[in-house]
Amino acid sequence: MNAVIDWFSGFCMLGGGFLCITGGVGLLRLPDFFSRVHAAGVTETLAAPLLLTGLMLQMDWSLDLFKVLMILFLVLATNPTATHAMAKAALHGGYLQKARGAEHAAEEDASSKA
Amino acid sequence: MLLGFLVLIALAAIRLHDLFAVVMLFGVYSLMTAALFMDLDAVDVAFTEAAVGAGVTTVLMLSSLRLTGRWEQRSKHSPLVPLIVVGVTGAALIYGTLDAPLLGDPNAPVHQHVAPRYIEQGAAEVGMPNMVTAVLASYRGYDTFGETVVIFTAGLAVLLLLGIQENPEAKPGRAAIGDQLVLRVVVKMLIPLILLYALYVQFHGDYGAGGGFQAGVIFATGFVLYDLVFGEGNARLVVPPRWLHRLAALGVLIYGGVGLVSLLDGKAFLDYSVLSHDPVHGQHLGVLLVELGVGITVFSVILAIFYALSGRRRVS
Repeated sequence: MNAVIDWFSGFCMLGGGFLCITGGVGLLRLPDFFSRVHAAGVTETLAAPLLLTGLMLQMDWSLDLFKVLMILFLVLATNPTATHAMAKAALHGGYLQKARGAEHAAEEDASSKA
Repeated sequence: MLLGFLVLIALAAIRLHDLFAVVMLFGVYSLMTAALFMDLDAVDVAFTEAAVGAGVTTVLMLSSLRLTGRWEQRSKHSPLVPLIVVGVTGAALIYGTLDAPLLGDPNAPVHQHVAPRYIEQGAAEVGMPNMVTAVLASYRGYDTFGETVVIFTAGLAVLLLLGIQENPEAKPGRAAIGDQLVLRVVVKMLIPLILLYALYVQFHGDYGAGGGFQAGVIFATGFVLYDLVFGEGNARLVVPPRWLHRLAALGVLIYGGVGLVSLLDGKAFLDYSVLSHDPVHGQHLGVLLVELGVGITVFSVILAIFYALSGRRRVS
């Protein structure tokens, strides 16, 4: 049983770490605002809870475990909301048109060259 | 490692001209500093830094950015003279650290003067598990009283300069952000938790990390959040601006009043042991009251500054 828990916690933490790295790379490399928000959202919504779950599985039954659980709930409540609010605010600010415009321009460039 | 990050962030904040990004960088800077304090086992200071520096200051700076504009202006004077002044001062400070004892040296004068008494006698004299609260509110009650008055004065100055204006656009029942339904639901869920947490920090400061300063800031954050998401009119209906002046004064009054009571009972100013038959119990009561005064003042001053800044942006 302990081995199973250890494996599962290791899997959670490795997955969380991997997603953190990909999220960071995505934040730097992705082309427009919305895909970057997506990268940040994956880091916040999936990677952080995965890491916390992995940590919780390593702990004994105690008050600390409960505290980490509370942090997990807080993260799950706030982070997706922040990402959502940011994306929606950007939508209102007309970033979608800009992103689409850039895409069209790139396509036209490609077609004119071809 | 953390110090290196701090230096990098500071350099970036100097180089950038986008003030919006600079404000965000300052938030990150404060969070880093909080982590650094945490690393040094100064939980209370880290708590304050996270709540004030990373939380409320960012919001206040952003709302003042609404008034001033996003981009930094080129300065007209040459940077040479300020650079020389800063260089000389920095060199003097570094020269001064050569004489200072090493960090964490147990024989340093600062650890030999009154600190041993606080550590050894604090539990018996004040009767509090959290040593920081005992030092802050009881041994160093004068200093904390001074700090509370400083905060009160800062709030007073902002109100004198800006004033809280009645905003005709901000009617009750009108939301600031149009259709952020998810945000509104989650914030509605979070605000009670924030306020409850602030009360816990306020009244649990004797036992754990926290106290009046942190609690006031967190309590104000709850209302700032409400203001931002549900609109100014609604927030001003909950806490009318004209209350805030009185609340800020009330906090200082509670603090000073506790001091006067002990003065009238024939002890020194802010000697809480007269408040009850048992001196230790009196200390407990005094610290609780004093922290309450600090909390009320900090809360109302921060909310008043926020009101003053946010009420102004649509007028100008």
